[in-house]
Amino acid sequence: MVINTALLSQLANNIRKHAITMTSLGGSSHIGSILSIADILAVLYGSVLKYRPDNPNWVGRDRFILSKGHAGAGVYAALAESGFFSKDKLKTHYQNGSDLSGHVSHKGIPGVEFSTGSLGHGLPVAVGMALAAKIDKANHRVFVLMSDGECDEGSNWEAILFASHHRLDNLVVIIDRNKLQSIKSTEHTLSLEPFSDKWRSFGWEVIEIDGHDCPELYKVCIDDGEVSRNKPLCIVANTIKGKGVSFMENNVLWHYRSPQGFEYDAAMKELENGDA
Amino acid sequence: MRDAFLSALTKLAGVDKDIVLLTADLGYGVFEEFESKFPGQYFNVGVSEQNMTGVASGLSLEGKKVVTYSIGNFPTLRCLEQIRNDACYHDTNITIVASGGGFSYGSLGMSHHATEDIAILRALPNMSVVAPCSVREAGEAITVMIKNGGVSYIRLDKTAAEDLHTEDDFIIGKARRYKDGKDITLMATGGILNEANIAANELGKLGISVRVVGMHSIKPIDRDEIIDAASNTGGIVSVEEHNKDGGLGSAIAEVCMDCGITPKIFLRIGLSNVYSSIVGSQQYLRSRYEIDSTSIVNKVINELAV
Repeated sequence: MVINTALLSQLANNIRKHAITMTSLGGSSHIGSILSIADILAVLYGSVLKYRPDNPNWVGRDRFILSKGHAGAGVYAALAESGFFSKDKLKTHYQNGSDLSGHVSHKGIPGVEFSTGSLGHGLPVAVGMALAAKIDKANHRVFVLMSDGECDEGSNWEAILFASHHRLDNLVVIIDRNKLQSIKSTEHTLSLEPFSDKWRSFGWEVIEIDGHDCPELYKVCIDDGEVSRNKPLCIVANTIKGKGVSFMENNVLWHYRSPQGFEYDAAMKELENGDA
Repeated sequence: MRDAFLSALTKLAGVDKDIVLLTADLGYGVFEEFESKFPGQYFNVGVSEQNMTGVASGLSLEGKKVVTYSIGNFPTLRCLEQIRNDACYHDTNITIVASGGGFSYGSLGMSHHATEDIAILRALPNMSVVAPCSVREAGEAITVMIKNGGVSYIRLDKTAAEDLHTEDDFIIGKARRYKDGKDITLMATGGILNEANIAANELGKLGISVRVVGMHSIKPIDRDEIIDAASNTGGIVSVEEHNKDGGLGSAIAEVCMDCGITPKIFLRIGLSNVYSSIVGSQQYLRSRYEIDSTSIVNKVINELAV
């Protein structure tokens, strides 16, 4: 299959613009964490995941869990762009009475598989879903998008052991390796390196890639039936926190700060310049 | 109780292939038969209760009816947030089973004393909390909870009261009256109902007419039975092998206050905000912390004398 790189880039840019607007309107945090996964979300929703927006609970769909729930605005934007609900709804994000919560929630939101917000929950649940697919001999796959800082949580390592022990090769973990967590870098906080080796030593197949390279992301995420791993797959996607807005890139300030006034205008201008 | 639970679950799993049993590496010499009979329905997840509860949630969201099993506080408090966020918020079908309620593992020490679990779990929306009082009720509880669906907690005890001879179905939220009387009502949950039954007989010898109610369901709770005891008997004494804060007695008091009914006597028998660094058999610790039958008798006499 040939992918349309221009379309995926445009989808990623749209997700970024929605996220800037949503976090600005809501005065909410985590824009840096959303921008770092925009390309991953675009590739997943634009070319990899099997889903039916008119039948969100279609049993043959691929399952996707955003374990780094604080980047939920990115998933809401990707779902709206993919036809699950109106883009107008995005404006209610973080507002009084809205069901589009700051951390991703499934209640009332078609297309959201699982609610998260507390870190270290998504992977064990995805493991359960992948195990169920094995028991039922179903062909869909289960994807989990995690943050690197989230790997501090011990519950993940319980699930990592379990997934390799049970050879859950229908499970794909993507790590948003932006190397920044809430206060400092991952290496200053609780060093993760050698990160890929840790996963490998737990029995996983590990592929490291540039998390902003859409064709590359597509190549490692797509199941072309040619690779039989017999083990779960971890994609370490090297990313830049705040990617796409120059003054947000690699700046931990934007883990919490919400773009307002001239910051909002400048961010949108940069992203609009990236439109096709 | 554990054997009755497992025997009922084995029967259910034979006819319902969606039932999956997860254990966090506890149950040596217990689950071997289940595993060999239903290999695709049994997973020992290892010593990892958080993962067990997350996996259970994932399995349940794919249509499985999941039972998570461990002892003491491990399948409950150790993974409380997974129970709250993953299991309860997502309306899953998971029955959490803990063997060793209260001081069942008395000699193993404070880590193994499950004495706050009822209070903590009953605070969660979408959660049912059940502490079978007799062996028969342990089997009935798992059967009914799997049939009903939803998230529930079943607290199994090493001791048990004698089975009540009744044709009535086990209904979640419907208490069972083990003995009728008018001077006072003893309401107990879990195996410690046995102490209440013994106490009632002793009090009967002294001419005190005691009603004994087995409260296998703490959430939902039998409001009618509580209102009846408060209105038509001399008062209510709750008995539990659990901290008094937030336990059965608190739940009964909530019903009374909500309904505007004040029993003439109201006393909670339970633990008074202690962790026990002292170890011993379940019976020893019941006596030590004054929740055994003798203590119940003395406390009731004291209340009635005032």
